[in-house]
Amino acid sequence: MTTPSLTSTRSRSSRARLRTALVPLAALSLFAAACGDDAEEETTATEAAGSDATTAPDATEAAGGDTTAAPAGDSTACGVGVTKVGVIYVGSKDDFGYNQAAYEAAQAMGEAAGVEVINAENVPETVEDAVPVMEDMISQGATVIFATSYGHFQPAVEIAAAHPDVCVVHQGQFESSLEAPLDNLGTYFSSVFEPVYLAGIAAGSVSETGTLGYVYAFPIPQTLENINAFALGAQSVNPDATVIAVATANWCDPAKQAQAAQTLLDQGADVLTQHQDCTKTVIEAAEAAGVYSVGYHYDASSLAPEGWLTGSEWAWTDLYTDIVETAVAGEFVSSPYNGDYRFGYRDVAAPFVAFKPSVFGPAVSAETQTAITAAYDAFFADADGDGVGDFSVFTGPLADRDGTVRIEDGVSPDYTALDGFFSEPWFVAGVEGSLG
Amino acid sequence: MIEAVLTGAVRGGTSIVFAGVGETIAERSGVTNLGTEGSMLCGALTAYAVGIETGSPWLGAIAGIAAGAILALLHAALVLWRGANQVATGLAITFLGIGATSLFGQDYVSQGVEPFTPWAIPGLSDIPLLGSVLFDHDPLTYLSFTIAPLAWWFLFRSATGLKIRAAGERPIVLSSMGIDHRPVRWLAVAIGGGLAGLGGAQLSTAFARTWSENMVAGRGFIAVALVIFAAWNPLLIVLGAYLFSGAVAFELELQARGTDVSIFLLDAIPYVVVLAVLALMSRRRTHAAPESLASVFDAAA
Repeated sequence: MTTPSLTSTRSRSSRARLRTALVPLAALSLFAAACGDDAEEETTATEAAGSDATTAPDATEAAGGDTTAAPAGDSTACGVGVTKVGVIYVGSKDDFGYNQAAYEAAQAMGEAAGVEVINAENVPETVEDAVPVMEDMISQGATVIFATSYGHFQPAVEIAAAHPDVCVVHQGQFESSLEAPLDNLGTYFSSVFEPVYLAGIAAGSVSETGTLGYVYAFPIPQTLENINAFALGAQSVNPDATVIAVATANWCDPAKQAQAAQTLLDQGADVLTQHQDCTKTVIEAAEAAGVYSVGYHYDASSLAPEGWLTGSEWAWTDLYTDIVETAVAGEFVSSPYNGDYRFGYRDVAAPFVAFKPSVFGPAVSAETQTAITAAYDAFFADADGDGVGDFSVFTGPLADRDGTVRIEDGVSPDYTALDGFFSEPWFVAGVEGSLG
Repeated sequence: MIEAVLTGAVRGGTSIVFAGVGETIAERSGVTNLGTEGSMLCGALTAYAVGIETGSPWLGAIAGIAAGAILALLHAALVLWRGANQVATGLAITFLGIGATSLFGQDYVSQGVEPFTPWAIPGLSDIPLLGSVLFDHDPLTYLSFTIAPLAWWFLFRSATGLKIRAAGERPIVLSSMGIDHRPVRWLAVAIGGGLAGLGGAQLSTAFARTWSENMVAGRGFIAVALVIFAAWNPLLIVLGAYLFSGAVAFELELQARGTDVSIFLLDAIPYVVVLAVLALMSRRRTHAAPESLASVFDAAA
């Protein structure tokens, strides 16, 4: 068999065509790679179990309100007589994390409030993607919408503006950031940094290197509060403890998490924790490396029987239920939910909390557990009786790692004000890692 | 720092090596497959699911190869049999892969797989620097060390490889020898998809040890871009994949050291590196492109 020459002659024109065609193709590939996160548009809708509205007292009463007299409250209020609630999630309901916690709470809310829950998972954080999903929920009859991811805020605002009769609540951002607040819009969040602080105590107690690793997504107030609280908790028992924080610039890119975990292990971290939506990779990387792990969002202790310390878990059910019941009663406008609702352990009179510390792993000594329990109780202690717990994670004077005072002496920002202190990113002393 | 970056380059680059070598073989036959990302996702999910159901990551990896190849065969069917546009079809195949794996992967997100674990090679892994960079990895990574030389031999020294290259350069040469070039292209595309699937399997069952939607996160597209960088030479794919992944490790190292640069700029480093290299190389390298690839951009293809 003769070997044909495969690289011999070729026409100028085909070469030129290639040159002009391949470079944009390569650029397109890179663009698609960089933007790949937004490409997913898989949504599912499932009905909450036990959402039979006729057996639920609230819904029955509200449905009656439609046909007879207007229920209590402003008759133009949003969400009056809710029977269906739409909830959108940025990720999967099975992510062992943020979205699973929100999903499970939403289903429990459906049972507790006697409403049907329409779910949509994997909704991208863009107006083009999220608005149609919520519009679809409204066309199915939803009159309360929960937009549960940080980046769902702008789509939620647009939906609220377009549908004054639908209550729209957003998890994480601030309505006060808008020029014109809306009567049917609100935001809520909770001080998850408080259980993160408690987990920091566990991490600082068990660490032998004094170096703790933190994998996070983006430098936004929520993540910065958690990282700083974790460091302050660790430093409360080990003043020399340092936290190395690395960002993946993604809420869930497991392979990048694996690389970030390796970077932190190489730096000598012997406790790994994270602020990511999907949490398995970092916990398994820690377990495989024989170091400790602290969970986030969800109880993942089963993944790390040796190294699991503790974690912070969401418990949104009571809040979601209260928001829906408030809307059913036509009282959304005058409620704290029509605004920036923030609450935490220090609201000693609050009827519920939105998160809880996870179970302790075997490495956390009884002594440390006692210390953590004491710190937990301190949040709720209110000696001066003003309704606000006396202990705060972020109390002035508190300086950033460069020595600039960020929270003045005597200042102890409340939950609503706190995010404002982190609108420009900063880390406390002992936190290493890039900012900005 | 150097050790960490080099180790990170190998660890993170393995999946891209498989996918990039696979795409090189497909493109050598004259078919561009932008569905590589989708094949990687199918491989990642299938390997994870089969790994869970059977308890064997090896069976998972084999199933991952099959899944990646099957999706690539769909691409082959559309472009070779139906004459569809390769670029548009490839992108559609990727989105199909994203959607299908998101749907069928839901049940596996919360499950754990028995993963491939690192095998430190006795003796060799104790060598300073080289030991951790090269000889302390999961089995699929060791396999990836051999895949590029094997692919090079296959393409440039085997009879089948010669047919693949002929199909990519001048199908008429094959015709004159009484060989139909289309089965050759089907084969090359299937091999490419199978290797992409293996890359995906490495991500889910060896490296990240999890399944989550869209977890390939653009690595398949990086692999396609690297084929041009590598001038359709499988050996250079390895360099490109490690360059990209090393840049990721480097960026994370800079962060951990508190470099005073925005994390958004740092996160862009790997992409900027690949783009810069492509811009520098493209002028010189496109002459190495299989000639039939040009017809991808002709309406008459």
